[in-house]
Amino acid sequence: MTRLTAASALAMLWATGAMAQTELTMWYHGAGNQVESEIVNRIIADFNASQSDWVVSIESFPQNAYNDAVVAAALAGDLPDILDVDGPIMPNWAWAGYLQPLPIEPTRIEAFLPGTKGVWNDQLYSVGLWDAAVALITRQSTLDALGLRTPTLEEPWTQEEFMGAMEAAKASGDYEYAIDLGMSDQSEWYPYAFLPFLWSFGGDLIDAESGYQTAEGVLNGEAALAFGEWWQGMFTEGYAPGPSQDPADHASGFQEGQYAFTWNGNWLALPFLEAFDDVVFLPAPDFGNGNFIGAASWQFAVSGTTEHPEGGAAFIEFALKDEYLRDFSNGIGLIPPTPTAAAMTENYAEGGPMAVFYDLSEDQARLRPVFPGYPVAAKVFAKALTDIANGADVADSLDTAVDEIEADVQSNQGYGQQ
Amino acid sequence: MASRLSTSNRAGWLMALPGFGLIVLFVILPFVLAFALSFTNQRLVSPNPTEWVGLSNYRALLGVGVLHLEPERDDAGNVVTDENGAPEYPRLRSFTRNNPDYPHLAGMSEWFFFDRGEGRTYVLASDVVFMRAIVNTLIFVAVVAPVQAGLALVLALLINQRLRGINLFRAIYFMPVVVSIVVVSLLWRFIYAEEGLLNNLLASLTFGAFDGPDWLGNPRTALGSVIAMSVWQAVGFHMVIWLSGLQTISPTLYEAGAIEGASRWQTFRYITWPGLRNTAVLILIVITMQAFALFAQIDVMTNGGPLDSTQTIVFQAVERGYGRQDISSGSTISVFLFVLVLSISLLQRWLTRERR
Repeated sequence: MTRLTAASALAMLWATGAMAQTELTMWYHGAGNQVESEIVNRIIADFNASQSDWVVSIESFPQNAYNDAVVAAALAGDLPDILDVDGPIMPNWAWAGYLQPLPIEPTRIEAFLPGTKGVWNDQLYSVGLWDAAVALITRQSTLDALGLRTPTLEEPWTQEEFMGAMEAAKASGDYEYAIDLGMSDQSEWYPYAFLPFLWSFGGDLIDAESGYQTAEGVLNGEAALAFGEWWQGMFTEGYAPGPSQDPADHASGFQEGQYAFTWNGNWLALPFLEAFDDVVFLPAPDFGNGNFIGAASWQFAVSGTTEHPEGGAAFIEFALKDEYLRDFSNGIGLIPPTPTAAAMTENYAEGGPMAVFYDLSEDQARLRPVFPGYPVAAKVFAKALTDIANGADVADSLDTAVDEIEADVQSNQGYGQQ
Repeated sequence: MASRLSTSNRAGWLMALPGFGLIVLFVILPFVLAFALSFTNQRLVSPNPTEWVGLSNYRALLGVGVLHLEPERDDAGNVVTDENGAPEYPRLRSFTRNNPDYPHLAGMSEWFFFDRGEGRTYVLASDVVFMRAIVNTLIFVAVVAPVQAGLALVLALLINQRLRGINLFRAIYFMPVVVSIVVVSLLWRFIYAEEGLLNNLLASLTFGAFDGPDWLGNPRTALGSVIAMSVWQAVGFHMVIWLSGLQTISPTLYEAGAIEGASRWQTFRYITWPGLRNTAVLILIVITMQAFALFAQIDVMTNGGPLDSTQTIVFQAVERGYGRQDISSGSTISVFLFVLVLSISLLQRWLTRERR
């Protein structure tokens, strides 16, 4: 915190000292994360020193309060010049006018992973300095003991193989539960982590072909019903702890041997690597329609109200240097967006312990539906999954979700989509 | 009175101004806004202009319908049954979605049903989750108000004695009130966990015979668990109010009672209880209002689950307004809650009025 205020005080000094410089304010969601703040502050200091047109000052918020702060600021007409935004929320903010298209040449980010480019209505609004990925995490010794084949990107587990693995882990009696799905984390984790399962069954959150107007037939069609039955089975069969899971178990259960597998993000993978030396990261199983993981994490954008979009863009472009991408990856374990940056990192370089995530992200990653109604649809989806996991009727829960999504789209006049 | 307030009291009004100003800014203005927004389609995040929509938010929230269905029959006229032998009914969604014959049921879904004669009567609601939230909140209030008030009175009577170390007990009973409700809720989440403190304690007390449920993960125990924890948390506060009431009762009455040879029960019934009358009215109304505002425990411990068994009115207001970006719906719920609490408080005032 003192570092933060010192940085902004310094920035203010600069601003008053050299009148030619224009001050830009920036908001960031990572308050409380020391490593993250340090890297962001270093990028800002480097940028401010590198040229004499702009001077950026940062204000950090805790992640839980960040979105509310942005919404409140937008209502009060008080948005900063530069801000960061969670990938799937971007269309919502862009639609509401919180963001404006980012004036950065497409060639500049050609080599970036697809999940790091925030494109809505054919326009680039945001760019990520990293992407995140989810994998089925276990230990090689667990696979050997249970007699399971190691799945690969080319040949992932089928539904039978996946359920066989669950059954084998349960039957071994060595674990409290076969898999930790992270059910205690009732936030964006649900749509981010579990929507890929629905995709793999052949369903979707909303019908893109209808212009994102209805979810009828995709969220409650045959494929979605099959997904729902399978999902409920994971809990009724006792393979996974349900929504009342203790958050502490989610945080440390795998390391303590309570779970044979964990479906988890790479930002949480570093503790696993510390705990065991034979951790393996496996691709998502294929339930019949391909295997997917969610793409897009936090990204940088310029606000809709700023008078200096070119200044914000200059800063964001500056931050896209491979060395900063590397620092973020080394600092918090996230996936660097370019192959050149990946080669520079500890974990994602050729043969690095998490290099597989780069391939996962490149191969399996799919964006959550890119439409302004996503934040509400995601909430509805999360509630349906929670209810089904708690034993609610699958068809009724999905029908209700479809109706709620449709009602929301209608009360927003179709979110301006054609 | 009125003239003295308005004329020769400029300094008084001036001194009251900051307080009045804050109340207007943070209580009256938001309330007027909520009332106005509940008749619009105001969104939290949206470029669309706000429109006046009349009562449609109230209809969407409180609409209720009834539908009587006969079981499905095959060509021979026999009732079709499923594998358990229960009669099968047509899917409700065929009546509530795009069915021009039942326009009044559009968008509704099943709240509950009861079998009547041959058929089955469904009670449908436009917003089943909100209906459950109302019922849960009313149950919460109906249990918490008497239990918390009664328990607080017992504790107050216990600590209203001259004993060595009585302040220690007072402090212990009052402690949960001082701790933030969010912290308390987090701790109780650990206590209620399937492998948590409570189940471990019960198992060791019964030598392993008791296999405790997942208190917050089971729809049958979740609301009860929240109620128990809420009563424990706030009981100390009301104990202190009872205590202040007890200490206003003149000791001479107790002395007179002792001289007359009154038993302990008679002392309580004819001296203590009448002396606590105003305190009792205050406590009842305060607990009722606090209980209707149940939010933090739900937000931290259950998120309204499992299966909506702990949804509450205020939790839904926040969930709609911020979670689902629907400010108008959140405002409508707030206005509904205001009317509900106001009418119940007025009813309580009327029931507890002094009969002369």
